[in-house]
Amino acid sequence: MSALIWLIPLIPLLGFIINGLTRNSVPKIVSGIVGSLAVLASFVLSTLAYLEVSAARDAGSVASFTVHVFDWFSVGSLRIALSFLLDPLSAIMLLIITGVGFLIHLYSCAYMAHDEGFGKFFAYLNLFIFFMTILVLGSNYLVMFIGWEGVGLCSYLLIGFWFKNSSYASAAKKAFIMNRIGDLGFLLALFFILEAFGSLEYAEVFAAASGMSVGAPVIVIITLLLFVAATGKSAQIPLFTWLPDAMAGPTPVSALIHAATMVTAGVYLVVRSNVLFLLAPLSMEIMAVVGVVTAFVAAFIALTQNDIKKVLAYSTVSQLGYMFLGLGVGAFTGAFFHVLTHAFFKALLFLGAGSVIHAVQDEQDMRKMGGLRKALPITFTTMLIGTIAISGIPPFAGFFSKDEILAHTFQHQPVFWVIGLITALFTAFYMFRLLFLTFFGKFRGTAEQQSHVHESPWLMTVPLIILAILSVVGGFINVPEALGGHHALQAFLAPVLEMGEVNHTVLELSHMAEYVLMGVSVLGALMMAVFAYTKYAKNVDVADDKKQESLLYRLSYSKLYVDELYATVIVRPLGKLSVFFFKYVDKMGIDGFVNGVGDFFIGSGKGIRQLQSGHVGFYIMMMVISVVAILLYGIFHS
Amino acid sequence: MENFLTQIQGVPLNHYIIFCSIIFAIGVTGVLIRRNVIIIMMSIELMLNSVNLLLAAFSAYRGDASGQVFVFFIMALAAAEVAVGLAIIVMVYRHTKSVDIESLSKLRW
Repeated sequence: MSALIWLIPLIPLLGFIINGLTRNSVPKIVSGIVGSLAVLASFVLSTLAYLEVSAARDAGSVASFTVHVFDWFSVGSLRIALSFLLDPLSAIMLLIITGVGFLIHLYSCAYMAHDEGFGKFFAYLNLFIFFMTILVLGSNYLVMFIGWEGVGLCSYLLIGFWFKNSSYASAAKKAFIMNRIGDLGFLLALFFILEAFGSLEYAEVFAAASGMSVGAPVIVIITLLLFVAATGKSAQIPLFTWLPDAMAGPTPVSALIHAATMVTAGVYLVVRSNVLFLLAPLSMEIMAVVGVVTAFVAAFIALTQNDIKKVLAYSTVSQLGYMFLGLGVGAFTGAFFHVLTHAFFKALLFLGAGSVIHAVQDEQDMRKMGGLRKALPITFTTMLIGTIAISGIPPFAGFFSKDEILAHTFQHQPVFWVIGLITALFTAFYMFRLLFLTFFGKFRGTAEQQSHVHESPWLMTVPLIILAILSVVGGFINVPEALGGHHALQAFLAPVLEMGEVNHTVLELSHMAEYVLMGVSVLGALMMAVFAYTKYAKNVDVADDKKQESLLYRLSYSKLYVDELYATVIVRPLGKLSVFFFKYVDKMGIDGFVNGVGDFFIGSGKGIRQLQSGHVGFYIMMMVISVVAILLYGIFHS
Repeated sequence: MENFLTQIQGVPLNHYIIFCSIIFAIGVTGVLIRRNVIIIMMSIELMLNSVNLLLAAFSAYRGDASGQVFVFFIMALAAAEVAVGLAIIVMVYRHTKSVDIESLSKLRW
């Protein structure tokens, strides 16, 4: 199987080509089937690949297969190959991408059924799966960079999918530009890696890095640059504001790209480079701080948002912050575990939100929803499961991954743990607020919307149900020892995570301490759920929110004015600078010079052409005078 | 032939040069001051022929026949030039009913 690994990205690429070329000439159902089948085929291959890796792990080997497809280019002693690496880490990522991806393709068949850009949509989705699988499969940083740039492109295309709406188009541009800032970090990191290790292959880089001392400056620089790349792609402070705006895209896109897969690429990058990061404690510490601050800030903003997708978007930023907190404190397995469970429950929540939006005719404001529990039973049940999972209530998936991160954080730095815990409480509150506002109380929309409310077709509910099941059981793959498990995921990932000389942080807390930590966070989450119930489940007067406008409420509601801050500090000065350059440097300087040259020749031509008077006598006179002059010159000069 | 050469060499070379210069100057002056195109053509012929004469004289003095060969070429060329020039003059006359050189002063930018 591992020899055929290149088929996993190739099939979605074929799907993209077919869908892209035939998007206007075949019926929608054909586009949908082609797109979905391509991803399904990839999923089947990924499953086979996973089984092979799993079998190899059970047999006790490191289960790392490198497939060399071809030499891409070679310059001097540098040889860059297009080669794929199948190991436990990439195998699980592949399962997430193609598995969740396939469900979302199915869902999109129904969700996008009335959209005129249906074929284009599936072409883009397939292209995204292609780049994302390239990203996780690459066996060197350059191949990963191809995928990294490619998913950014697809993200741009899909956020701006309804590009006729100019605010959507500018959201797409915003995402693209902010990602580009991060990508610059990646590119610089590539150069530094090349300079320091002479290779971009993971195996060679990590082998060479193992010999270096902890805290070597070059490693710190590389890891910081890689982290900059991760902040861009994974929406961390200071580059997080694009993700909430990215909700301009169709909801399945938000679920696939901006919740489950692409935004976790940053986490994947750090986990993949764990050997380097462990050698740079400074970078780890920065990562932990950025992660915990992002988690807290995003959760704080999510508390008061009224757009159902915005809540989920900030929630995604917050959960990504958790992952980076986990990475920063050395809980690589925990962070990756959270990637996995988050992919399930956040995709579920987004798809559920899509189902709700679909039912109430593209209304996204939760203040105009309410009471949808009866009309959308499947959506309600699955979203309830997703909400419980993200809130960290056992035995649902989010509990295990979040608590693993929090336990590691507590061991590393209790202050971070406190912030993390508060964030977890916020999370429980805003998620239950979303749930209660949407599904409880009375319907607050228009009568026309109410008459159209209906459960979504099976193509949309089946993915919801599957994701709900995964959100329930997903946590059991890495049950901590304190709860009688044996860290199956950690054991599975061990060859990827224990390559370096420096030991990974091992959880040294006693089981008793772990029980206390879990108890605190679970109790807190439950209390928040109850609090949200009392506040929002009854017939809430939505205008209430306005009356109790405290300072904190306004700060949260206006997203801490981060966008305004960026506009004032960066965007507007840059705009003014551009205008200056346009007016004075380009228009006056460069254009002035170029046009001046032209004007000079036109003007001198105008003057000189007066000599061509049409009087033949004058010409002959000039000729004679010239001949005489030349003669005289010849005589006297020689 | 010998007789012919001595005949030519009987006149000092300087005389030829002065004479030809005078004829050439008359030709140039004619081109510059006359306005009738036909007379201008004649003045051009005058200049050409002064050069011819000078070439023949030099050729005889140096005993080198190539100068006279040039003369034949110039005569052939002058004939062709007159043929084309007169044709142009005829066409100009048909258009403007005039052989005044100024009648062509519209030929400019």
